[in-house]
Amino acid sequence: MILAAIDPAREAELRQLLDSMNAAPGRVNANNTLIPFAQFDTLHFARLLILDDKTLEDARVYGGGPAPSYPLYLAFVGDIDGNVDTFFKKLVNVAGAGLRAIFSCCEGFTTNTDLVRWMEKHSAPTIAAYVNCRGRTVRQVREEAALKEAIENYIKNNATELNGPLREIHTRLQQFVNAEKSSGRLVLSHEDRASVIWRIKNLLHLVGMPLLILLALPLLLVIAPIILIRLRHLEKTDPELCWRCDQAHSDKLSRSEDHDVTNQFTAMGSVKPGLVRRWTLSGILTTVDYAARHFVRRGRLGRIRTIHFARWVFLDRKKRMVFFSNYDGTVESYMDDFINKTGFGLNAVFGNGIGYPRTNWLVLDGCQHEQNYKNFLRRHTLPTQVWYKAYPGLTAVDLERNTRIRQGLESSSMSEEEIREWAALL
Amino acid sequence: MGRTVMNERAVDYGDVQGLVRFGYGKMKEASYALLRIKNVAAARSWLRSAAITSAVAIKPPPTTATQVAFTAAGFKALGVSASVLANFSPEFLTGMTEESRARRLGDVGSNAPQQWSWGYATRMPHVLVMFFAEPGQLQTHVKSAKGNVWNDAFEEMQWLETADLDGVEPFGFADGISQPQIDWERQRDVTSPQLDYTNVVALGEFLLGYPNEYNKYTERPLIDADSASADLFAAEDVSEKKDLGRNGTYLVVRTLEQDVRSFWQFVYKQSQGNLSEADNLAAAFVGRTRAGDPLVPIQNQTIPGIGPDPEQVRQNQFTFDENLSGSRCPFGAHVHRANPRNSDYPGRPTGLAKLVTMLGFGPKGFRDDLMSSVRFHRILRRGREFGTELKPEEAINSAPPNESKRGLHFICLNANIARQFEFLQNAWMMNTKFSGLTGESDPLLGNREPIQGCPITADFTKPREKGVARRISGLPQFVTVRGGAYFFLPGLRALRYFARESSA
Repeated sequence: MILAAIDPAREAELRQLLDSMNAAPGRVNANNTLIPFAQFDTLHFARLLILDDKTLEDARVYGGGPAPSYPLYLAFVGDIDGNVDTFFKKLVNVAGAGLRAIFSCCEGFTTNTDLVRWMEKHSAPTIAAYVNCRGRTVRQVREEAALKEAIENYIKNNATELNGPLREIHTRLQQFVNAEKSSGRLVLSHEDRASVIWRIKNLLHLVGMPLLILLALPLLLVIAPIILIRLRHLEKTDPELCWRCDQAHSDKLSRSEDHDVTNQFTAMGSVKPGLVRRWTLSGILTTVDYAARHFVRRGRLGRIRTIHFARWVFLDRKKRMVFFSNYDGTVESYMDDFINKTGFGLNAVFGNGIGYPRTNWLVLDGCQHEQNYKNFLRRHTLPTQVWYKAYPGLTAVDLERNTRIRQGLESSSMSEEEIREWAALL
Repeated sequence: MGRTVMNERAVDYGDVQGLVRFGYGKMKEASYALLRIKNVAAARSWLRSAAITSAVAIKPPPTTATQVAFTAAGFKALGVSASVLANFSPEFLTGMTEESRARRLGDVGSNAPQQWSWGYATRMPHVLVMFFAEPGQLQTHVKSAKGNVWNDAFEEMQWLETADLDGVEPFGFADGISQPQIDWERQRDVTSPQLDYTNVVALGEFLLGYPNEYNKYTERPLIDADSASADLFAAEDVSEKKDLGRNGTYLVVRTLEQDVRSFWQFVYKQSQGNLSEADNLAAAFVGRTRAGDPLVPIQNQTIPGIGPDPEQVRQNQFTFDENLSGSRCPFGAHVHRANPRNSDYPGRPTGLAKLVTMLGFGPKGFRDDLMSSVRFHRILRRGREFGTELKPEEAINSAPPNESKRGLHFICLNANIARQFEFLQNAWMMNTKFSGLTGESDPLLGNREPIQGCPITADFTKPREKGVARRISGLPQFVTVRGGAYFFLPGLRALRYFARESSA
């Protein structure tokens, strides 16, 4: 994610540039001249937006003078396969001129600026990230979607002959797919295994975190009760700011939603004041990141199966936070999912944001105040100027199904039960 | 003391419009007037004097009934102040035809509001007056209910006529079989997760002013106490305010034209001209036989809110829990989409197992836990058919010239349009990805319009016990939306407030 302060004098121009990348509101032109997203075969999702938080005034409920003022940022967020360096290089090669045009609206960017170095310098660290299925590349998604389509057509055209035992059908489909592969009509690449360096890093992360916690345990044990008591007091007294957002704002968001089966979501707000809240939020997000990296089951974030990618980013010395996600379905069903399936996690994280509905012991209540929570979230949602998805029409569950179909096809040792489950996917 | 508390909590049926409690099944004649207000004073005067039927059960039951509801435009025309209006729900205020909403509801292509006969732009009604009567009494009922002021007050934009098809909707299936049971007694406890499917739903899901399935009060207009609002109940959750929403609810109306011939001709052709096979395929689309029996077996264990009436048990004492392969009832069948009959957690985990499920390590089957808990998405249906009956064996023949239209005036009641009607329509009915499927929407209601990245949405998957699923392609659009709007059906005290003499 690239984050850069916008030159106030150029904001209008930047907005125009971003709009020019769309075919219609909410519908990107994947071959637009500025950043032709379609040419990047390692890019899952991308978005460009102006982080224009209209809720800064909320901080005034904690007293003090005028609302804090922050620079207006441009964010360029991408979910990619492989490493960032390679992606930046390709970005500069393919879209150098377009990027220059866009970034020239940001402070400190001149015609002489080295693009790659500038992007590196403006990369904002992600405090927590979630990936639906680590290691599944754009190439794999597309190959498996083509596989699914080929099988579906084959079944439609040969329905009468595919009535035998399931194992026979499995073999016939294997033969069909192998023939398609040899003729070059289907490609099913095997992903390179992650590099040794990546695996060592991952292992160090896996072991390192608990070690660090173990080391800090004596200190933690001393301060944890103090923090908890303080948090308990805070959550009982923190003001709730959950009124319904202005209809025009909501309508604007709606216009760019539901053009695809997947939607983008960006929410932004200020973190509650004080070190206790900041530490709590950092601690919880670090835990989320750790769990998402090492423990969560593929395709699931808790019980939620509709999120492709999500990330949390701190801004302005942890005074503010932005949350980005790509999810399937409408925002209404997304919010219901969160409330009913992962309410505890939602409360633990967003309960540290100014105005969040009142929590109880940090994880209870909160979003269970359904309408307050939905109002809160809608009010904090930002319009996204440009949003790209590499595989329109496919949900996270579609991707999971297609992968399962492929795995079943490539397996030669399925039990009767497994083969039945596999056949039910077709 | 317990008694006093009970009384305070009890619902005053005299303040609730009857349609919330009764379907008026015996009143087989019904006609709905879509009105525009010509003269505010006259309109208020008619509304004050109209005998609007309440939900009080009387013996013998009335033989006629009248109900009244308003659109947001209607409230404006009636002079309801902007500050009061602003506290109705955003869906009600912006309306069914707002462009982004129409996209979510599947009202695109031939369903697009621009082509509707009512409900769009200048064809937006202000008031809906619903007349019901036992056979032979409708005309006189309407005439006497209109009285003298009606013609000064309203311009009759359109009448929605209905027909009695004897409990069968135009495609030929028994209709209105599954309805939630409202918890009128306010006994339902929703403070902890619900591990079993229940048909009993919190009162607040269907009437404003009471706790809903989240145990919270849905947003609604609460106003200051003054002489005009003296007659209104105090809000249960904000005692210093008067509750203008109490005992009211939102009423959704959609005129759905059904192409009965296209429906039966399609399934007939798919069944190679075998009528009984066609019947089976049609039943697979619906998820019930034409008589109304579910395709999955009923269970022994009772379901709260279903029974003891044997017919209700036979038709509704089931869930889809054992329908794992979908071979009995296809995943995409209409009744599965409309009510997946699930609970808050798949597989009823308790204790540690619940925690494990919550953290995402529960069942890992492909179709596990894909759907939202249904108790937050129930609606109360009150629709009525229009047009004449057409039996399947006649429907397979081509239509005579100038055949009249048939279909359903779909009507439903809910306290939160976004979470109930709209969610159901969008996430379950129109969704081409429902329950792990792809390339198909509701076999009856689907608009078959391509969506981004999915050129085909006109399939239907019928899983088989053995072998791979049968995939049927090229379903025509059987149902076309011809009109619709969101209305508010006020409580009777609130109605008197809206209709009071002094102008707002």
